Amino acid sequence: MASLNTPSSARSTTSTLTSRQPSFVVYVLRQLVRRPLSLVGTLIVALFIFLAIAGPFIAPYDYDEFIRDAEGRRLTRVAPSLQHPFGIDKDSRDVFSRVLWGTREMITLPGIATGLAVLLGTTIGLAIGYRGGWIDEVASRILDSLLSIPALILALVMLGTVGPSRIGIVIVVVLLYTPIVARVVRSATLSLRDAGYVEIARLRGESTFYILFREILPGVLPALAVETALRFSYAIFLIASLGFLGLGVQPPSPDWGRMVQEARGEYAQAAWSLWFPSGAIALLVIGVNLLADGLRRAFRYEGELR
Amino acid sequence: MNVDAITVDRIEASEHPVILADSVSIDYRIKKRWLNVIHGVTLSLKPMEIHGLVGESGSGKSTLALALMRYMAANARISDGRILFNGEDLLTRSDEEMRRLWGTQMNLVPQDPLAALNPSYTIGNQMTELIRKNGHSEARHATERAVDMLRQVKIADPEIIVERYPHQLSGGMRQRVMIAMALSTHPRLLVLDEPTTALDVTTQAVILDLFRELVRDTTTNPNGGAALYVSHDLGTVAQLCDTVTVLYAGEVMESAPVVSLYKKPLHPYTAGLLASLPRHIEGTETRLPTIEGVAPSLAERPNACVFSARCPVALPHCKAEKPPLDLTPDGRMVRCWRWAEIATGTLSLQTEPTRQELPEVIEGTAESIDYAHVLKAQHMSKTFREPSLFGRLLRRSDEGVHAVDDVSLKVNARSTFGLVGESGSGKTTLARLIVALEQADSGEIELVGMKISRDLRRRPKEALRELRMIFQNPDSALNPYMTVGQSLGRPLRVLEEGRISQADLDARVADLLSAVRLPTDYADRYPSELSGGEKQRVAIARAFAINPALVVADEPTSSLDVSVQAVVLNLLKDLRAARGASYLLISHDLDVVSYLADWIAVMYLGQIVEEGTTADVYGIPSHPYTEALISAIPVPDPTVKGKPIRLEGEVPSARHIPTGCRFHTRCPRKIGTICEQQEPSWQDAGDGHRIRCHIPLDELVVLQSQTQPQRETP
Repeated sequence: MASLNTPSSARSTTSTLTSRQPSFVVYVLRQLVRRPLSLVGTLIVALFIFLAIAGPFIAPYDYDEFIRDAEGRRLTRVAPSLQHPFGIDKDSRDVFSRVLWGTREMITLPGIATGLAVLLGTTIGLAIGYRGGWIDEVASRILDSLLSIPALILALVMLGTVGPSRIGIVIVVVLLYTPIVARVVRSATLSLRDAGYVEIARLRGESTFYILFREILPGVLPALAVETALRFSYAIFLIASLGFLGLGVQPPSPDWGRMVQEARGEYAQAAWSLWFPSGAIALLVIGVNLLADGLRRAFRYEGELR
Repeated sequence: MNVDAITVDRIEASEHPVILADSVSIDYRIKKRWLNVIHGVTLSLKPMEIHGLVGESGSGKSTLALALMRYMAANARISDGRILFNGEDLLTRSDEEMRRLWGTQMNLVPQDPLAALNPSYTIGNQMTELIRKNGHSEARHATERAVDMLRQVKIADPEIIVERYPHQLSGGMRQRVMIAMALSTHPRLLVLDEPTTALDVTTQAVILDLFRELVRDTTTNPNGGAALYVSHDLGTVAQLCDTVTVLYAGEVMESAPVVSLYKKPLHPYTAGLLASLPRHIEGTETRLPTIEGVAPSLAERPNACVFSARCPVALPHCKAEKPPLDLTPDGRMVRCWRWAEIATGTLSLQTEPTRQELPEVIEGTAESIDYAHVLKAQHMSKTFREPSLFGRLLRRSDEGVHAVDDVSLKVNARSTFGLVGESGSGKTTLARLIVALEQADSGEIELVGMKISRDLRRRPKEALRELRMIFQNPDSALNPYMTVGQSLGRPLRVLEEGRISQADLDARVADLLSAVRLPTDYADRYPSELSGGEKQRVAIARAFAINPALVVADEPTSSLDVSVQAVVLNLLKDLRAARGASYLLISHDLDVVSYLADWIAVMYLGQIVEEGTTADVYGIPSHPYTEALISAIPVPDPTVKGKPIRLEGEVPSARHIPTGCRFHTRCPRKIGTICEQQEPSWQDAGDGHRIRCHIPLDELVVLQSQTQPQRETP
């Protein structure tokens, strides 16, 4: 129990006592590795992040490269084989390469969008939770009304009018997830606002900025980490859905959602071109969810401490 | 002579105990290991007996008390010993048989009645269910019986109360309902687990009086049921119990009749605990005797006396072999190698206050600056109104909660001002107004001669430096994500003039840690590695980081164990002497206040009703509320009975303050309509001792000297 609450950044360099307790990050990682399911989730997410970076280098073909046979004829709808592990789609492209190429987009777009939403939501949540009063009330009602907008409808309207673009997608996700993150952070902030150490900081005449980001934020991090992982998985899902509806990343860039949509009619002739992109989406979402669950379990201990 | 099987059998044969635990050990399974939390406990309760089970937090007292009813957590087991209930073995009973015993023969009064009562049923529903379970079938009769039961616990208008839901009752009322329900089945064994810890002292006194009366009365306790009273409070145990068992780290240290235990403790732990109780001691150089160190971890039960590490008279032998639970010739039980020496007086234990060499006053502290008053707060008022925007729109005329109403106080230089009151008296709000964590509606504050704003953001750095605060809860006082060194260094960085080098900062932090007698390597620790008492010491060190003129301490020891409390109180006294600071000490505990304070003010419903020197406030004349408050304090000496003054009813809501004298609704000395209509003015009793009451002072003297504390001869 005593091995918790130790943010790595705060370790003193003058420490003479070594090996007393692991750092915060080590502690969380250890907790994740301990449970088989959390470990699986962590590995899946790590694998996809690796593929996002290295995918284009591993991919045997370009994402829009036509596969031809020895005579130069385009091959279409070839079942998975050793040479083409995910098979070839109706447009003679290597599905394996396309899935690999698509990983980058599927990690960075939801990643950037989630990151921005978390950044914005955390700031808003900290500020209104700490400030309280009528500002909090008004802001909370605005957040509530943003929350009541159905995700897909907002995306359809926005991307449908301005036209699909990466920036558009990010804006949609940020609009949808900022209020959710803000609410989570706000409630965590509310429970810490009256803590003795926060009041002591006020009595020292500390700035609001210091109180929010140095005194309160570390206590909000556990909740925030879990929420971030969850938001990330929903963002993947949402962006894949937009791709499926044709509002995602535009061709020729490979996009898992669009790949599923295009292969939808092909089930009888080339089922593999449907399986692998949808399988990739499912695997990534499951992996992120397992990771989120693992984080929650890792932090539950921490909850008991306070 | 050991408490062996033969002795236990003799107890069984001669006393017909209601419950007899014979060297019971209990283990908890934690992280795939069995952890021994209770070790070799022998305990017996005679019929009609009220048996106190005392111990500090973590001593295993609740675990043991519940296990005696075989009520245990899923990961607990009784690994050794026997428990006999009415002479029959309890451990061989089936679960079904146990369920039949619970709620009929064995009952529990828990610490938190709100959690024990179902919020969605009325009190009547819950009581009749119990009555029907016990065979009184007819619904109509069941309700009548419920009303009778409530009448027995002296609830006014029981017919109305049965229709109420738990949340509509006050804490004291709920606990009465729990006691009524627990006694209604005429149980043989009643376990009370800290039943009054959450209550105010005046309510506690009423509940404990009532409980003792009910257990002694054969109409309410016809089966001669025995009660096990679990508590950390040596005062209530002295006043309530017949026999006391002292538990430490899961082992019985000592068990004896209440009078002999308090008069002549045989175990150094018991003696140390009793000696460390806070009380009024004259002189700034006097200190409470303390028990050094902390309770041992239970991960590894040492094959030695569990108390030996903290024992002032431990011998090498004590740390090598576990003493047996001995039976003394007069029938007491004690687990100590040296009890015989203590009993004959050849070994004496330190129980008198010690004298501390006054430390040299540190240069540049408030001591060297001269002010008549460090703090002067005039006409402070605060009303809390509906905080929500919509709530304010809906509620047309919101009276608000008048938490503090026109209070003035002056804190003398180098002294301690004690502010006493029950919950809802406004004492904490007043403290927060002064430090400006809440902004006062009106009032003027003068700190070491400078006028300061009611708004924290408009206070200059000098004011922030001179006015520091210590909170009640040490667990939330320190940021869990910062090392002790960071927490202590921050005020130096922010409030000290000029830049401080890292080396200077480290040196200052080390100084602060040694000032609160903590090792300097604690600077690198996180709060989760510290015990509650250590955390509070760090919080105190932080308050003294830059030699403030005034430290506001809001219940600084109330969440600490007795043995730790004395250490912290002594420390506060030392620091005051060394640094020349003054304290504004807020507490509900008059004993704590009287140890430290030179001047005491008593608050009731947002006003000060009496103030004066500690001796004056404790003496005669005093405000009838002060008198009641003092007589409600359970004296940790069974031979001293307090004045039999008890306050009925509840503290009125601060939303609807009574007219006239605010105390008239509960005042036992009310003289008539003048109390209801006219607000009393201050009466001066000399030397600044002031009382806000309509009764002339000389009449108060006469009235109050008629009910002097009576000393019984043991």
